[in-house]
Amino acid sequence: MAENTSSWAYSDRVKEHFMNPRNVLSDEENFQEDGRGTVGSIQCGDEMLVLIKVADGRITDCRWRTYGCASAIASTSALSEMVKGMSLEDAAQITPKQILNYLHGLPDSKVHCSVLGDKALRAAIDDYRQRNGIVVEEKERPARIICDCIGVTDKDIMAAAKDGAVTWNELQQKTKIGTVCGKCKTHAMEVLDESLFEIHHETLKMHD
Amino acid sequence: MNRHVYLDNNATTPLDPDVLAAFSDALARFGNPSSMHGFGREAASLVSDARAEAAAILGAEPGEITCTSGGTESNNTVLASFAPGIPATDGVILPPPGRDEIIVSAIEHPAILETAFALRDRFGMTVHLAPVDATGRIDLAAFERLVNDKTALVSVMLANNEIGTIQDLTAISAIAHKAGAFVHTDAVQAVGKIPVDVTTLGVDYLSASGHKIHGPKGIGILWMRRGVPFAPLMHGGHQEQGRRAGTVNAPAIAALGTACRIAREQLATEARRLAGLRDRLRAGIEERISDTSINGNPDFCLPNTLNMSFRAAEGESTLLYLDLENIAVSTGSACASGSLEPSHVLLACGRSAELAHGSIRFSLGRTTSDEDIEYVLDKLPPIMARIRSMSTLR
Repeated sequence: MAENTSSWAYSDRVKEHFMNPRNVLSDEENFQEDGRGTVGSIQCGDEMLVLIKVADGRITDCRWRTYGCASAIASTSALSEMVKGMSLEDAAQITPKQILNYLHGLPDSKVHCSVLGDKALRAAIDDYRQRNGIVVEEKERPARIICDCIGVTDKDIMAAAKDGAVTWNELQQKTKIGTVCGKCKTHAMEVLDESLFEIHHETLKMHD
Repeated sequence: MNRHVYLDNNATTPLDPDVLAAFSDALARFGNPSSMHGFGREAASLVSDARAEAAAILGAEPGEITCTSGGTESNNTVLASFAPGIPATDGVILPPPGRDEIIVSAIEHPAILETAFALRDRFGMTVHLAPVDATGRIDLAAFERLVNDKTALVSVMLANNEIGTIQDLTAISAIAHKAGAFVHTDAVQAVGKIPVDVTTLGVDYLSASGHKIHGPKGIGILWMRRGVPFAPLMHGGHQEQGRRAGTVNAPAIAALGTACRIAREQLATEARRLAGLRDRLRAGIEERISDTSINGNPDFCLPNTLNMSFRAAEGESTLLYLDLENIAVSTGSACASGSLEPSHVLLACGRSAELAHGSIRFSLGRTTSDEDIEYVLDKLPPIMARIRSMSTLR
């Protein structure tokens, strides 16, 4: 048989992070986190836990655990490297696309795995802020998760709507929403309708 | 040492060296078996010998064997023969009228499930899924309640590809026949691994595949009892007694025949040897790794198949860490399937999504050695410890 070095299922960067994951939370080190976030579920096949340490408004250290496939492990590992030293404001804005770029891409069917990492991080940041009574003067309110399985938020649905999604199928193509248990479909379509209404409304205002 | 351990024989098997020899020998004999001249007769004789071997491994008559492109085509041909509205042309035997229901087991391969669903969507046929128990065996009482005077065809796999569970086709056939329905079995995983005799099974149709028995890909068997409903799927020339048009794939059929002969000759000893290795693997894993469970039926299982769920360890990660050690297995995890849904077989057996995501199938074969099993028992425990140390589940 040919050696296993080439044409692996994933990019070399993913493989490298899968083989040597960084910043995994170990039981021994007794990591004292300042914020903690979990997203996903075992039922859906992916679950991520992200812990952060914060000093002077910056993430100084990060630990994680993941139940999931190779790309889920690699994307959480990658995220844990990306956020070190980052300001909370910047870290809260990390997008799935940034994680994907860092990993040199993932197969289409695997994109949802990396989409979880930013949600878990965001949840950890929110937890840190809540613990410390920090009210963020953000224009934007925090995203609400609509699809628990894949961690798709109302903001993701808005982004998909802005990108032209009007049907359930189009929304699924853009976000992978509801491709596991599908229970969120009704709720998700309501959110899509609201988003489309909002976009339409904005457009009307522009024309005023 | 650079060991490669292939434990994915239910996906496909390595070509047997003798089969390869027969294959390349036949490739050089290029004549069209349908031709009357010497070139054609030479190829036709290879096909005829191979057909006899294909019949022998099933306890059937050579004239009842149709060669197809594989298990999927055989399955499609049988199910499509029961679609309504087929014109009664030459070579077609129509199913009895007024029967538009098909019963398939809930754990069939997609080659059956999707074909049945296509008949439902295109022709309005009704498809019933026969439930299975926790070990994957058909619940015969529930099955009997599904069978009625509208049932045209029952299709139940002889052995399951994922968990290896073997069905009581003799009982299933008896129940179906009593109600006037025909019976098909997808025996792709069973042939060559356990004794298969069409008379004992009592079925009317059987599908088998070359590449699951150390033969080439792209060649399969459709066995049919004489006089049962049939309509060709492929239209064209009169090859295969008018049952399957298209130039006869003589080299692949010759290879299939050799594969059938070797499988038949070695079946009893191989089955014992593989069951021994499989049981050693299972016991070794259970000794070394906690929180495992068996999927399938301990009493009615293919001798080469071991399907286990590992708690807190997602299957694709396990598969890929094993791959990095040159060990090939498969998983029922959603992540490896591209569908985002875990194995329908394990879910039908009542396994939780977590256990389905964490399932690993080890399917042994003719090339599997004692050393291979020891190698896996050496490599798997640290991999499992590592995955579990990273897992959110404890």
